[in-house]
Amino acid sequence: MTTTAPHQVGKQHKKARGILGNTGLYVSVGVAALLFLVPFYLIVRNALSTDPEITGENWKLLPSFQWANVSELFDDPTVEFGRSMVNSLVVAVLTTLGTLLVCSLAGYGLARIPYKHANKVFYAVLATLMVPTAVTFVPSFVLVSSLGWVDTYRGLIIPGLFSGFTCFLFRQYFLGFPKELEEAARVDGLGYWGAYWRIVVPNSLNFFAAIATITFISAWNSFLWPLVIGQDPSSWTVQIALSSFMTNQTVNFHLIFMATAISILPLIFVFLFLQRWLVQGIAQTGIKG
Amino acid sequence: MSTTTTRGVAQPAPAKASQARPRRGLRGNPTLNFWLFTGPFLIGLVIFVFVPIVWSIWLSFFDARYTVTPSNFIGLDNYKQILTNSNFPDSLLTFSVFAAFIVPTTWALSLGLALLVNQLRFMRAFFRSVFFLPTAVSYVAAALIWKMSIFSGVRFGLMNTVLGWFGVDNIAYLADPTPPWYWLVIVTLRLWIQSGFYMILFLAALQNIPAELYEAAAIDGAKKGWQTFRYITLPQLRATSTAVILLLLIAAYQAFDEFFNIIGTKATWAQTPLMELYKAALGTNQDYGAGSAGAVILSLLICLVTLVQGKFMGFGRGDESK
Repeated sequence: MTTTAPHQVGKQHKKARGILGNTGLYVSVGVAALLFLVPFYLIVRNALSTDPEITGENWKLLPSFQWANVSELFDDPTVEFGRSMVNSLVVAVLTTLGTLLVCSLAGYGLARIPYKHANKVFYAVLATLMVPTAVTFVPSFVLVSSLGWVDTYRGLIIPGLFSGFTCFLFRQYFLGFPKELEEAARVDGLGYWGAYWRIVVPNSLNFFAAIATITFISAWNSFLWPLVIGQDPSSWTVQIALSSFMTNQTVNFHLIFMATAISILPLIFVFLFLQRWLVQGIAQTGIKG
Repeated sequence: MSTTTTRGVAQPAPAKASQARPRRGLRGNPTLNFWLFTGPFLIGLVIFVFVPIVWSIWLSFFDARYTVTPSNFIGLDNYKQILTNSNFPDSLLTFSVFAAFIVPTTWALSLGLALLVNQLRFMRAFFRSVFFLPTAVSYVAAALIWKMSIFSGVRFGLMNTVLGWFGVDNIAYLADPTPPWYWLVIVTLRLWIQSGFYMILFLAALQNIPAELYEAAAIDGAKKGWQTFRYITLPQLRATSTAVILLLLIAAYQAFDEFFNIIGTKATWAQTPLMELYKAALGTNQDYGAGSAGAVILSLLICLVTLVQGKFMGFGRGDESK
């Protein structure tokens, strides 16, 4: 719709070339889309097949829809897959809520409260962006283990809440928030705190949704930190559980792929329902959390 | 509901402004409120970001095997050891090879997809979603599919099945490092996961190119297609391209998940820098000193890249706008 300008030129040729060009365009996009969907097809096909079907001589295009694989996976006492899903859910939800709360408050303080050293504090936050958290996992582990937080939800969640980057994004966003709204609220007798919760947050829900989606996805998919912290299987997140399947002695293809499918399912839902905010958030911020 | 509250609040404001301003209780005190808002975050930042960094720098100068409170100061020995007697330098080479593969291919694929999707008039949102969907998949799940289904070295792997139709023998993609087929596995995996994400960035940038530029080019006789792409689209995307390339570089530098799950830490090939840190600090030796020294070296290298990025993108200059 926005690309009308180039089409207006050379109207006589346009029709003939347009149909050909459009067919070519849709064929290439279609082929690319099919290639991108192949891995999803493989997950579903393998998850709903039996092992002999997966490893058979000839490629079976469609699975035999073994829905019993679901209960077999959750009933298997050796893998504790259900436990790992619950762990992931708790960790991802609490990480998202905690990050939103802590980072949005700080971002607002840095952006809007006139304190004379605010800039110095902001530069201290900015400096932490130079060192990616992935690289500091060794000292972080050292710290968390001396706090006795190995194998706990605390250890999985709390160190990840203080994201300098998310704070930075909130600050940038609040800088652009219309000042008049809060000033009016404050004049009406609300303090900074009241104005923030009654005026600023309710008017920023789109931005909060975008950051929440990004944070939830990266918390759910995070691997290195849960690997380091989750020493005991009872504290494994779903990613660690999947990883352990790959190195197990016995390979049950149908169970492994069913586990993969179930581990992806929550994110597909988040994706389908929140894609608008996600795309908006990425276009606005430029970076995934 | 939010709009009604704000409107109700906004209207009486001008009348009350003059009398309200002078009275300032604790609720209106900026200094107090500044610390109230930023305090929880700053405390956490100090404990979980600054302390580990400082601790790690301190550990890197000590003999810290099996202990995090060492007393034996050994100067730069940890640095010497990790740079000479370990696989750490090899891991930097692995990263370089990986970056040389993944950065240009992701750049080209995500730009290509953005250009295609941008031209669509029907089903544009559908195709955008399809290319974007893999972003939701974790590296672990993707590693599992790549290793056990697509690039499984046995006959029933998808690639070997397809190759079999053309009479090509089975290839052991991962079991044998010569020839290095594992790069095909690793690179296609990351390409699949991250291209859609960067496509979104390019799409946003493409929509910001003013249509007048294309109109002017058409009047000047530029042919649609390669010429307008080369002389208008590409130069207009320069800022986004630079940002994307640097983001890709930093992400490649921290590659861990798919290497850990596909190659494994026991292999002698394709070990990334983070895998070497993981093995040094959390492997059988538990050498926190050497692990920390490696972390310091990596952090310095990433700082360097970030500073270069700042130079190109004007990073952190946003506060001057207001």
